[in-house]
Amino acid sequence: MTLPLSPESLLVLAVLVPFLGAAALPIFHYIPNLREAVTLVTAGMLLLVVIAIATPVMDGIRPEASGFEIVPGIAFALQAEPLGLLFALVASSLWIVTSVYSIGYMRANAEPRQTSYYVCFAIALGSTMGVALAKNLFTLFLFYELLTISTYPLVTHKRSEEAMRAGRIYLGLLLGTSMVLFLPAIIATFVIGGTLDFTPGGIFAGKADATVLAVLLGLYVFGIGKAALMPLHFWLPAAMVAPTPVSALLHAVAVVKAGVFSIVKIVVYVFGVETLVQAGQSGWLTAVAGATVIAASVIALKQDNLKRRLAYSTVSQLSYVILGVAILTPLSVLGAAMHIAAHAWCKITLFFAAGSLYTSAHLTEVSQLDGIGRRMPWTMGAFTIGALGMIGLPPTAGFIGKWFILSGALQSANWLAVVVIIVSTGLNAGYFLPIVFRAFFRPPGGGASEAGAESDMPREAPWPIVAALSMTAAGAIALFFFPDVPLALSKLMIGAEAWTTTGL
Amino acid sequence: MSSVWPHLPILQVVIPLMGAILAAFTRRGATAYAIALAASLALPFVAGAMLWQVLSSGPISYAIGGWEPPFGIEYRVDLLNGFVLLLVSTVGAVIMPFAYRSVGLEIDSGRQAWFYSVYLLCLAGLLGVTITGDAFNAFVFLEISSLATYVLIALGHDRRALLAAYQYLIMGTVGATFYVIGVGFLYLLTGTLNFVDIAARLGDAPPDRINAILAALAFVSAGVSLKLALFPLHAWLPNAYAYAPSMVTAFLAATATKVAVYLLIRLFFSVFGQAVDFAALPVGEIMLLLSIAAMFVASIIAVFETNLKRMFAYSSVAQIGYITLGIGLANQAGLTGSIVHLFNHAIVKAALFAALGCVFFRLGSVSLADISGLGRRMPVTLTAFTVAGLGLIGTPGTVGFISKWYLAVGALDNGSWLLVFLIVASSLIAIVYVGRVVEVAWFRPANSPAVAEAADPPLSMLLPLILLALATIYFGFDTRLTAGVASMAAEMLIGGLR
Amino acid sequence: MEALRTLIEHYNYVVTILLMVTGLYIMVARSNMVKKLVGLAIFQTSVYLLYLEPAKIVGGTAPILDPDYTVYSNPLPHVLILTAIVVGVATLALGLAIVVRINEAFGTVEEDQIFGPDRDR
Repeated sequence: MTLPLSPESLLVLAVLVPFLGAAALPIFHYIPNLREAVTLVTAGMLLLVVIAIATPVMDGIRPEASGFEIVPGIAFALQAEPLGLLFALVASSLWIVTSVYSIGYMRANAEPRQTSYYVCFAIALGSTMGVALAKNLFTLFLFYELLTISTYPLVTHKRSEEAMRAGRIYLGLLLGTSMVLFLPAIIATFVIGGTLDFTPGGIFAGKADATVLAVLLGLYVFGIGKAALMPLHFWLPAAMVAPTPVSALLHAVAVVKAGVFSIVKIVVYVFGVETLVQAGQSGWLTAVAGATVIAASVIALKQDNLKRRLAYSTVSQLSYVILGVAILTPLSVLGAAMHIAAHAWCKITLFFAAGSLYTSAHLTEVSQLDGIGRRMPWTMGAFTIGALGMIGLPPTAGFIGKWFILSGALQSANWLAVVVIIVSTGLNAGYFLPIVFRAFFRPPGGGASEAGAESDMPREAPWPIVAALSMTAAGAIALFFFPDVPLALSKLMIGAEAWTTTGL
Repeated sequence: MSSVWPHLPILQVVIPLMGAILAAFTRRGATAYAIALAASLALPFVAGAMLWQVLSSGPISYAIGGWEPPFGIEYRVDLLNGFVLLLVSTVGAVIMPFAYRSVGLEIDSGRQAWFYSVYLLCLAGLLGVTITGDAFNAFVFLEISSLATYVLIALGHDRRALLAAYQYLIMGTVGATFYVIGVGFLYLLTGTLNFVDIAARLGDAPPDRINAILAALAFVSAGVSLKLALFPLHAWLPNAYAYAPSMVTAFLAATATKVAVYLLIRLFFSVFGQAVDFAALPVGEIMLLLSIAAMFVASIIAVFETNLKRMFAYSSVAQIGYITLGIGLANQAGLTGSIVHLFNHAIVKAALFAALGCVFFRLGSVSLADISGLGRRMPVTLTAFTVAGLGLIGTPGTVGFISKWYLAVGALDNGSWLLVFLIVASSLIAIVYVGRVVEVAWFRPANSPAVAEAADPPLSMLLPLILLALATIYFGFDTRLTAGVASMAAEMLIGGLR
Repeated sequence: MEALRTLIEHYNYVVTILLMVTGLYIMVARSNMVKKLVGLAIFQTSVYLLYLEPAKIVGGTAPILDPDYTVYSNPLPHVLILTAIVVGVATLALGLAIVVRINEAFGTVEEDQIFGPDRDR
């Protein structure tokens, strides 16, 4: 298919389109229907652009576009490569769905300040595209920070004391880690490695010894606070005070995904898997990631607030991705990339369901959910699919990612990782299945009395919400049966890596 | 044009000087303003032309009155002071449209003509310090600008401005006198007052003279450090910035300390660089220590301030710490970071204080409690303020990031990871106080009638502000002018070191 | 002994330094603003002396060219100090003007009375 635009301009367009949308939105402030249309059109256009870039990338082309050189040797530049494109596809496809959901949610709950909400959302998506398509660490860092700043007004949307406090934790932790840990790591990378460009095989080949690599890896992994590695994870549960669509997209898809995506990209393209294996870096990172997986799951067990339980589940699932990368085999890195996509679709379904429960029945706690499945079958059906995805059972997408990570762990005899995966799967079941059970197999009562008397029984949520969560649930299953695109992209990413690393 | 071209160096000083005299003869504020505007707008072109000439054909040397140096006074423009000249003239030009309404509000009409006259004197003094190649001439211009500054500050509407001006006068004159003592020693050692000639005659410092040379170094450093508000000699700055008229604060914050830093760099690297083995002296360590103290202590004090002008005055002290940190590092990247931060900090601070001036114009107050919810009422002003605040923090995509980058690379080149962490950690503190203002302005409801009636100020005040805010972002990406010239200047300066 | 002899031989420098230190002390120790300015003036005067003393070359005559003489006193420091005196006068005048205005605004020129009750915030 011949494109009217070159891949390079498509690349620039991919980052530009959301910002243009953000600029256009305030014009329609007084005509809400047109305003929502602008959001949907922008999201749709973005998806088309990203798909258009995907075709040449899958054929092996790596289009790039450069701007100013801010420091000799570092330019503000974009480049499309497989992993970035995977992330871009996930984010752009889910933006449309979330926009549909947002419209339903914001109107049903009569939320204030809707225009600034949609504007900040668009800017956040633009920043996410920038992170996904960055050619070097500087560009990635720039959009990473812009993402933090643009999501702050979304997190504090309610403007209550609690929301402002959460916003301070959010901003403080994310900006703090990025300035004090991430930035020095970038500067050190430039000084030692001579460049900040993402290079297959890494920048450090032969230039740094194991200690330096260990220190830098630590700085990166903890400096990228969006990946919510413990103990720097507590911004995520705090941010649950935001409206649910914000929680859904940003904290289950864009913000945290930008975090783990950055880590995967840095491990593969800045350090190089080969270099790290030779420097013996697998051990401590596996332990830290594994600890987060288990600890977060244990904390999730004890949470009654549904969104907080989901938040800790996210912390745990993000560390699966880090675990996959830490194991340092091609299979596990592939699994990590797949899990970025899989977790996104499954988690967003869960958050959508949580928002749906809040919107139509004003339910926020797990203990209130007895028998709700009969009243809101679509919502809880989608929830079940998402939950199965988190546990990692077929036929949901969550199975694929876990399968590859587990294979990689077995292959390199990383028994710690294997144990962590098995134990955590059990824990996941432990905090998700009871919800499903309660919803469908317990008679209504308990907390549902809040929702009113027999005559005022909760019904399904408004149709945009139901449409959105059905789409994501269907997507979670579809991804299991048709994993071609993410799989192809992930394989391309590790393709350049030597398949003869130790353990194979 | 060709008859003017060789005389550009003297024009740089004569234009504001003549402007000041003309303005002193007028009665009406509007006429004086017109003269000041004309003079200020002409200056960036003069400075730009000179910098362009230096970039293409090397340093410019201009003998005043035709008397050749070292007997006569020489104006010498090279990469370093060409850059600073451009900075000072441009800030002076950008701030003038802003001044019309701001000064109209804050100074009584009977004094406005004098105000503009003294402002032009200050500008002439600052430009003179920068352009001159003679040590004593530098003192004269330094005092011209300082005396003018004392007057400008004393014209603030709050009676505490008088106290601030007095305190600055005492401390500033002591500083200038220390500088003179140091120059006296240099004269006794070498018999000349011309910077280039002093450097040549000091040469490789004969060992029996070393005490005198060190004494001279000590006195000039102490004197100039007082002028640039190096911690702990900064006590005059917070009050001076807080109580001066808004336009004066914006102008001074962007220029006065920068010119003093220029003088320090010139003395350290060009004059003493060959004679004194800085590696053997603790000068570098002392600078580093004081800089880090400035960066942290001043930032922490800023966090607890409720008067916004004073908060950002302390922030200036901290930012000057960054500049002197680069001087202390004394390597290519570090010095580049210093020089580029002269420019970057000037833009950011001018923008911040201009925004605060706009807030004062509408509200009559710059207290944190009074600006609650102001973001919705004065969106352009507060957006520019937020952008400048991000520049202050050092967010990538703004000028602040560029300075921090070079300083951090400089620190790593010296092998000091600790310094890198200290640099970024102090930016964290900046996030706290900038974040607080942003949160109160944008994320809290309006709670006073003054805020409810506020609106963005007139365009003449907004335009410079918007320009400065855009510059904060633009020069964060296109660094060819700022970092490009700065690194060339740094290379030249370091080459002169032993 | 040697030190004492050097001190006595260079008595002019001793006086200069005493003046310098006296001026600085007055500025720090006195809270009356006019007295501080007096201290400042004394401090600046000592610096004038610092420059002028070496201008007199031993065995030098007035700096007017004459075929009978070969060694002249140095006129340059005098020129510099004339400039410095002017600057000093301007500073003193400005300082006193500010003090007059402070007296009008606060009713006193004693710093501890101004800063005592009315904490400068």
